[in-house]
Amino acid sequence: MIRLERRLDQPKWLSVAVPVGSLIAAFAIMAVILAVTGHAPGHTYRQMLEAGFTGNGAFSATLLSATPILFTGLAAAAAFRMQLFNIGAEGQLYLGAVGASWIALKLGDGDAGSTPLYVLAMCVAAGVMGALWALIPGVLRAFANTNEIITSLMLNYVAGFLITYLIFDSSSYWRDVSTLQAQSFPQGKPMPAGAEWPTFGSSVVVPLGFLIGLGVAASLWMLYSRTRFGFEVSVIADSPRAARYAGMRTRRKILAVMAISGGIAGIGGASQIGDFTHTLDPTGLQGAAFGYTGIVVAALARYNPFAVCLVAVLLGGLQNAGFTLQGPDFPSGLVGVMQGIILFCALGGELLIRYRVTISRRARARADTGSAAEPAR
Amino acid sequence: MSVNDSLVVVVLAQAVLYGTPLLYAALGELLAERSGVLNLGVEGMMLFGAAVGYWVTQSVHGADAPVLVLALVGAALSGAAMAAIHAFLTITLRASQIVSGLALTIFAGGLGLSAYFGAELDLASLPVTHQFASLDVLGLADLPVLGPILFDQSALVYASWVLTLLVAVYLGRTRWGLNVRAVGEAPASADAMGINVTRYRYIHVLVGGALAGIGGACFSLSIIPNWFAGDSLVNGAGWIAIALVIFAFWRPGICLVGAYLFGGLSALPSALQAHGVTIPPEFLYSLPYVMTIVVLVVVSTSLAKRRLGAPAALGIPYVREER
Repeated sequence: MIRLERRLDQPKWLSVAVPVGSLIAAFAIMAVILAVTGHAPGHTYRQMLEAGFTGNGAFSATLLSATPILFTGLAAAAAFRMQLFNIGAEGQLYLGAVGASWIALKLGDGDAGSTPLYVLAMCVAAGVMGALWALIPGVLRAFANTNEIITSLMLNYVAGFLITYLIFDSSSYWRDVSTLQAQSFPQGKPMPAGAEWPTFGSSVVVPLGFLIGLGVAASLWMLYSRTRFGFEVSVIADSPRAARYAGMRTRRKILAVMAISGGIAGIGGASQIGDFTHTLDPTGLQGAAFGYTGIVVAALARYNPFAVCLVAVLLGGLQNAGFTLQGPDFPSGLVGVMQGIILFCALGGELLIRYRVTISRRARARADTGSAAEPAR
Repeated sequence: MSVNDSLVVVVLAQAVLYGTPLLYAALGELLAERSGVLNLGVEGMMLFGAAVGYWVTQSVHGADAPVLVLALVGAALSGAAMAAIHAFLTITLRASQIVSGLALTIFAGGLGLSAYFGAELDLASLPVTHQFASLDVLGLADLPVLGPILFDQSALVYASWVLTLLVAVYLGRTRWGLNVRAVGEAPASADAMGINVTRYRYIHVLVGGALAGIGGACFSLSIIPNWFAGDSLVNGAGWIAIALVIFAFWRPGICLVGAYLFGGLSALPSALQAHGVTIPPEFLYSLPYVMTIVVLVVVSTSLAKRRLGAPAALGIPYVREER
């Protein structure tokens, strides 16, 4: 008979071993699915490893893919920590991209030396836009007690329509209408040269956005584990009632956490503009589903900011491999299926962290309870 | 122009058409939530049901009626299979229902299993062979106003009315329904009464998944009889269905009304465009999503006032030794 006993203390090594074990389990399950659908799992995995990590320039491309999901992962982790399920990172990232491209276009062609100014302005504008977008579900949750899961998700669709409108269905500030070709095939204005974010390194190219993401992760860790604010957030997460009795202002915390979460996702949008697309590209943004992948990243990292960085690189590799390999050999949807299975395995593995699984024979279990009951009589 | 071509009647008739998948999915989610399990994977289950339903119509040959019934069975089974993952993780392994449901949507959704399934079987390139046609019930389809709205719909619509009634009677008037409500409100008491909490939860989550699968098939077999890769077929209907359950205060009858309200909002953009209204379409397309938020806000403030709420144990895993 299998019994589950709640662990009184959770050993440190388990919180590393279980995610790693979950990953291995997920790859094993996926191998079965691949084999059943007529793909050779060994071959597919080797291809993925090469396209995602070991191939020529593969790791640089992976870091570029990891950057947006690092931000959305941190955004999800920041909110989920307080049991606040902001799944609107997708839309907050779009709005961030809108804000960042707006300010970059406003600043116009500066001299190349002013790039730090562009980076700063783009991050601030994007962060503000993302935070404001996230505050809609935040305010509704804090003051009308409306479920933030559904409202933040609905706003993803609205944000998607908004950026589509800006480029495809209006002659907005963001749309390029300078040439005849651009008028018939709608596209965003190209960013000024100064708004192209620098990269670092030569054999492995690290985009600036990724470094900013690491900085955000470190600040988030500081905020949540070294400040009074972070302490109150964790109390509210664990026991809202205790927090209320202790006089903590729950509403303010909801607003603050949503704004932080949305702001981080928004900066992810700025990094997409500065590091990657250099224009507002609604189709590319919406096709990538960065926000949803961020949830997978955060959950797999158990909402720990540093673990988010690692997991983002891992899933960035997966996404990059999926992007490079797409074709008849590599079924579409494989990346999403993998992400889902990894998350399922991580959720299942969570049980092993919280509970001790003991297997004992039914007869012995009975004898145990019998002898335990004896002295009581 | 007859009255049946007027904007209002067209939108109302389309509201029933577009509301039907919402109704199936919402009734399914309602059953799961009444038993205490929140399943946020509706969107994914719907899309997978749509894909499998479409695949069945492609691979089985025969008269329309048996093929379509088989397609619905396939869609229901595939929805239930997806729900089984969620049930196992949340009921047996006590995982977070929210994260597991989100994982299910990512796993089964437009960038996951549904896309994989559709691409492997090359569904997008296959022409439509069977679809639900509208039935001219009692020859009343030409009746002014009511004809197109009530008597010119497909069998899926009429079946959904029967289903709503069945769910309402089941929950409100039967012993099993009472047990379900007990499991959702106070699992510990239900357990003490001898109700098998785990079994009840499993069954209702699976049935919920099956209904979500059928709801998805409404899209691929009736509304937009086709399959596209990606998300655009179901396009958030699963999430609106979850909102609908809250809107309906967890009551099946109100689900019916709400489904047609949101169905009407989904139908509005194309109907307005056909009537030559020149609002940018993106604003119209956003309407159902924005209205979902507005409705939720209104409902959640009044929920608090009237002390009507979610099943008390919704979202909480039941662990006998930890109550």
